[in-house]
Amino acid sequence: MSSILVVALNQRGQSNPQTWELLGAGRALADASKQPLLAVLIGATAQQAQELVERGADRVLWTGHPTLQNFVNELYAQIVLETAQKEKPSHILLPSNVMGRSLAGRLAVKLEAGLATDVSRLDGGHAERNHYNGNLKAAVEFSSPIRVLTLQPMAFAPALRHSGRSGKIEELSFSPASTRAEFVSFQAEEAGEIDLGAAEGIVTGGRGVGGADGFKLLREFAHTLGAALGATRAAVDSGWIPYRHQVGLTGRTVSPKLYIACGASGQIQHMAGMSGSANIVAINTDAGCPMMQQATIAVVGDLFQLIPSIITEIKKRKGAL
Amino acid sequence: MGLNIVVCVKNTPSTLSVEVDSSTGQVKTEGLLFAINPLDEYAVEEAVRIKERVPGSTVTVLTLGSEADQAVLREALSRGCDSAVLLTGPELLGGDTYATSQALAAAIRKLSGQKPVHLALFGKNTNDGNSGVVAGQTAAWLDWPCVISVKKIESIDESAALVWRMMEDGIDKIKLQLPAAIGTIKEINEPRLPSLRGKMAAKKAAITKWTAADLGFKPESKARIARSSPPPHRPAGQRLEGGTPEELARRLVDALLERKLLS
Repeated sequence: MSSILVVALNQRGQSNPQTWELLGAGRALADASKQPLLAVLIGATAQQAQELVERGADRVLWTGHPTLQNFVNELYAQIVLETAQKEKPSHILLPSNVMGRSLAGRLAVKLEAGLATDVSRLDGGHAERNHYNGNLKAAVEFSSPIRVLTLQPMAFAPALRHSGRSGKIEELSFSPASTRAEFVSFQAEEAGEIDLGAAEGIVTGGRGVGGADGFKLLREFAHTLGAALGATRAAVDSGWIPYRHQVGLTGRTVSPKLYIACGASGQIQHMAGMSGSANIVAINTDAGCPMMQQATIAVVGDLFQLIPSIITEIKKRKGAL
Repeated sequence: MGLNIVVCVKNTPSTLSVEVDSSTGQVKTEGLLFAINPLDEYAVEEAVRIKERVPGSTVTVLTLGSEADQAVLREALSRGCDSAVLLTGPELLGGDTYATSQALAAAIRKLSGQKPVHLALFGKNTNDGNSGVVAGQTAAWLDWPCVISVKKIESIDESAALVWRMMEDGIDKIKLQLPAAIGTIKEINEPRLPSLRGKMAAKKAAITKWTAADLGFKPESKARIARSSPPPHRPAGQRLEGGTPEELARRLVDALLERKLLS
C-alpha cells in the first residue's frame, strides 16, 4: 500500500515547528487520496514521535541514533531512502530549509522522482510554487510515481495537537553507512534570535536605518513583536548587520504573516525575497517609494521617531490586555 | 598535482519582470537580455580562488544551453576559468532539474575520464527556476557527497575539504572527502570583475560542445511546468500620515490589532 511520507527533521534535538505544517499538508493529501500518513522522524525521541501521532500521523518511524544529532546529508538520506523504498510513498514532504533542500536533490535522483521546491499550494496533481523570484507562479506536474516536495514555510496550516490520538510508533534500527562527509563541529550564532524562515513576523531595515546603531532600535522593535530581524542587501553590504539576515534575491526568501519594512525603499532585488508576505507594513519618509506603494499599511514618517512610539504603544496595550 | 574543478553555471534572464504567453501558459524569454546567473558568479570566483591557492589546479566551466548561451561560458573564462564545455542540442534543452543534473553529471564523468575531477561547484540557485537543488542532484548521480549553503572553504587539497555550512541556527563545519559537490552562497567571497586580458583570451577560446549523443543517453524529465501565471494582485493599501509620532503609532497599532496581526 502506498502512503504520504512526511520527513520530520529535528534541529540539534529540537523539533522544528515546520514539521507541524508538513503534517497539516500531509494529512490533507492522505485524506484526499485515502492513503495513510507516514512520518519518518530523525534525530529524535519516542516522546517526539508520540507528538507526531497526536498531530495527525498514522504511523511514525523514528530513530534517535547518536550519529544523527547534527545534519549529515548522506546519513539522513539513507534513512529516508530505506523507508521510501519499503513504503513506496506517492509524495515525500520536506521542509524548505537547508536540510530539506539538501535531502530533496539526493532523494529525487535515487527514487527517480520529480521534484518541486518551495511549494506553496498542493492542488490535485499540481504543486504550485514561485519562480522568477516571486514574479511568477508555476503549476508543476509530475510524470513519476513518487514526488519529492519541499514546502514553503507558513504556506500550509500547522496540524493541531489532539492528545490521545493513536497511531503506530516504531523505532527504526539504523546502522549508518560509511560516508565521505563528516560532521566536525557546530557554532550557534546570535543566541535567542528567531530564524527568518520560521518567523510569523519580520522587522526589516534598509538603507534608511543609517547604521549598526539604527539596527539596535530595529532589534528592540522585533523583540517587542516576537519577530525576526531582516535586512536589505544595502544594509548588509554596508556592514551594519550580518548576511544571514538578508532578505531578497541573494539572501533569503520569506513569506511571513507580517512584514514590517523600515527605511527600505523596495528595490526589485529586495521585493523578490518578500513579496509573498501576507501583510506588509512600510515605514518610510518617502511616501512614493515602491515599498510604500505595495504596503498593506504605509506609515509616512521618520522611523527613528516612529519606532520608539510604536514600541511604547505596543507595550502599553499588552499591559492593558 | 592540483585540483581539477568544474563550475556549473547558467545563462539566465537578467530582468525579473518576465511575461507569460497566455495561450501556452509558458514564460516568454525571447528578446530578454541574458547574463550569468548572479549567484553563479560566486561559484566561479571560488573556483578561481582555489586554483590560485592550490598550484597546478584547473577550472572547467560547464553549462547546459543553446548556442547563444555560450556567452555565459566566455564570461566565466574571462573571470579566470581555463576551459569551457557547452551541453547543447534539442535532446538536452528544456529539461527539469532531474534531467539537467543527469546531463551535468554525465559531462563531469566524461571530463573525469580525461583527468579526474575533484570538485564541482555551484551557485545557491538560479534566478529563473529558483530551485537550488541541482548541486545535490548532480552529486547524487555521481554518488559524491554534497554540501550546500557553503559560506567558506576553510581548507582544501586533492583529497579533502573542510567547509563551513550556514544553517538556520548557526554554522556547521563539515569535512568532505573529494570528489565532492559544493553549493555556495553569496557570503563566500566577493567576485572580481573580468580583466581586459581575460576578456581578450575568452573571446578566442575554443569551446567544447557535447550533445546527448556525446553523453550517450537522452535525459528524461520527471516534472514540468504546466503553466505559469502572475501572482495575485495586491489590493491598494491603507496610508497613515500626519499627526505626531505618538498618534501615528496609536493608529498603526489599532490597524494591526484590527487585522489580528498582533497577539
